[in-house]
Amino acid sequence: MTEPATDLQRTALVERHRQLGARLIDFAGWEMPVQYQTGILEEHRAVRERVGLFDLSHMGEVWVSGPDAGDALAYALVSDPTRLAVGRAHYSMIVAEDGGIIDDLIVYRVADERFMVVPNASNRVAVVEALEQRIGGHDAAMDDASLRTSLVAVQGPRAAELLAPLTDVDLASLKYYAIAEGHAAGVPAHIARTGYTGEDGFELFVQWEDALPVWDRLLADGEKFGIIPSGLGARDTLRLEAGMPLYGNELDRDTNPFDAGLGRVVKLDKATDFVGRAALQDVADKGPDKQLVGIVVRGRGIARHGYPLHEDAGGDEVGVVTSGAPSPTLGVPIAMGYLPPADTEVGTMVDVAIRGSMVDAEIVPLPFYKRAG
Amino acid sequence: MQVPEDLRYTKDHEWLRVEGDEATVGITEYAAGELGDAVFVELPAAGMSLQSAQSFGVIESVKTASDLYSPAAGEVVAVNSALADKPELVNDDPYGEGWMIRIRLSDPEAASTDGERLMDAGSYRSLVEAG
Repeated sequence: MTEPATDLQRTALVERHRQLGARLIDFAGWEMPVQYQTGILEEHRAVRERVGLFDLSHMGEVWVSGPDAGDALAYALVSDPTRLAVGRAHYSMIVAEDGGIIDDLIVYRVADERFMVVPNASNRVAVVEALEQRIGGHDAAMDDASLRTSLVAVQGPRAAELLAPLTDVDLASLKYYAIAEGHAAGVPAHIARTGYTGEDGFELFVQWEDALPVWDRLLADGEKFGIIPSGLGARDTLRLEAGMPLYGNELDRDTNPFDAGLGRVVKLDKATDFVGRAALQDVADKGPDKQLVGIVVRGRGIARHGYPLHEDAGGDEVGVVTSGAPSPTLGVPIAMGYLPPADTEVGTMVDVAIRGSMVDAEIVPLPFYKRAG
Repeated sequence: MQVPEDLRYTKDHEWLRVEGDEATVGITEYAAGELGDAVFVELPAAGMSLQSAQSFGVIESVKTASDLYSPAAGEVVAVNSALADKPELVNDDPYGEGWMIRIRLSDPEAASTDGERLMDAGSYRSLVEAG
C-alpha cells in the first residue's frame, strides 16, 4: 500500500474519515477516503437503497459575478448560462480552442448576476486560469472560493427525508438541478439537488469549517435511515452505472463533447461567440471521429480503463475501454469505451482484451441504471 | 488479525497448508482486507505445473487486479470452483472456504520447513505488523 505524501491537501473532515477507519488515498493531490470499513460494494448499495454521505470538499467552487457574468460564462463555456433561471443549474464543459475538453462542470445561477462554477478537483487550477483569461474584458469578477468552501453530499432515496427537517429550504419544491440558499444543520448553506450517483440527492455547499457540524448531524440523524459514509470508490461505481463520464477517463484534452455523446451540452446557436466554437462547429458538421458506448462483458472477466477493444472474434483493435468495473446493481461487469462511430450499434458484439485473452462483450445503451420514478 | 499457526506464509501474502505431499493455497486475511471486496478470481486448470513464486491466477477487487503467486512448486490437482460464483468467500473465510488451489508438492519436505520463500506464523505476523 502506498502512503500518502505529507504535502497532500486535506478537507475539514479528514479526521472524521480517519476515526471511521477509512482507507485514505491521494486523489488529485487531496487525502481522500476511497472507502470506509464497510467497503465499496456496501457503500454503493447504501446509496442505491437508502442514503450515503460523501465528503466532496476537494472539488472547486468558483464564483463569477457582475453585470456581464452570464455573458462572460457563455463565452468561456460551451453552454449558455444566460438562459439559466435564478436558482437553476446545468451541466457544462470548458474546452480549448481546438475543442478539446479542459473540464466538465456544473454552473449554478444563484442570483441574476452571481454564478457558481463547480470544477473537478483535478482540473480546478486549469479551470480557474482559463476562466480568469476568458472573463477578462467582461464586466464580471471571479472569486475562487474552493479552499473556503466545503461540500458534503447526501445521496439516495432517503436523502430528502433525512435532510428536510435539518434545513429551512423547502426540499419539496427544490427540483432536480435547482439550488437554493438557506441553512443546513444550523449553518449557512447553498443546497443543490444535484449529484453524481443517478439517485435523488443533495449537495451542500458550506463554509470550510461548517463541514463538521453538517457531517456529524447527517450521520447521527441518518442512522435511522441506514446512512453510511461512502467513499470515492463507491462514487465511481455509482456514476459508471448511471452512465456519467469521468474526466481523465471518458473526457480529456484529446476528446470533444460530441465524441462523448454530449453534443447537447454545446449551444452552437447561442448569441455570443465562445472559445472552441469553430472547432466544435466543424465536428458537428462532419461528425465525431470516435463515439462513446456502453459495454457489458458477457464472457468471464472485468473490463477496465485502458483495456483494448477489438472487433468481434479476435478482429482488429479498434477502440479502448475508458472506465470499467463490476456493477453491484446489475451483477455483471460494465464499461464505457470509445469505438469508431460506424461500429457502435447497440447489440454489436466486441472483444475486450483482458490480460491477453479476448473476452466477449456487447454494446448496450447508456445509462446502465436509471432510478425509478 | 488471524494468522493460523499451522500454515506457512509468503511475503506476497499467500498461505500454504501442507498435508502430506499435497498442500492447499490461499491468501491471508491481511491480503483480503487490503484487497477489499473480491469480485473475480481467475484460477488455473487442474494439471498446470507451477514453479515456486510463479503466478497461478489473478484476484480482482472493484478497483484492482492482483496476481496470485504459488508458495511452492507442484502440480495443480484441485481448484476451488465455488469462487466463480462466490468470490466473497475469500474475504469471509480466507483460510477455509476461500481456499484457491490444491497442489501436489514437488518437494513436500522443503514445503514444511522455513526457507527463503516460506515463513512461519510468527514471522509473517511480524512482517505485516511492521507495515
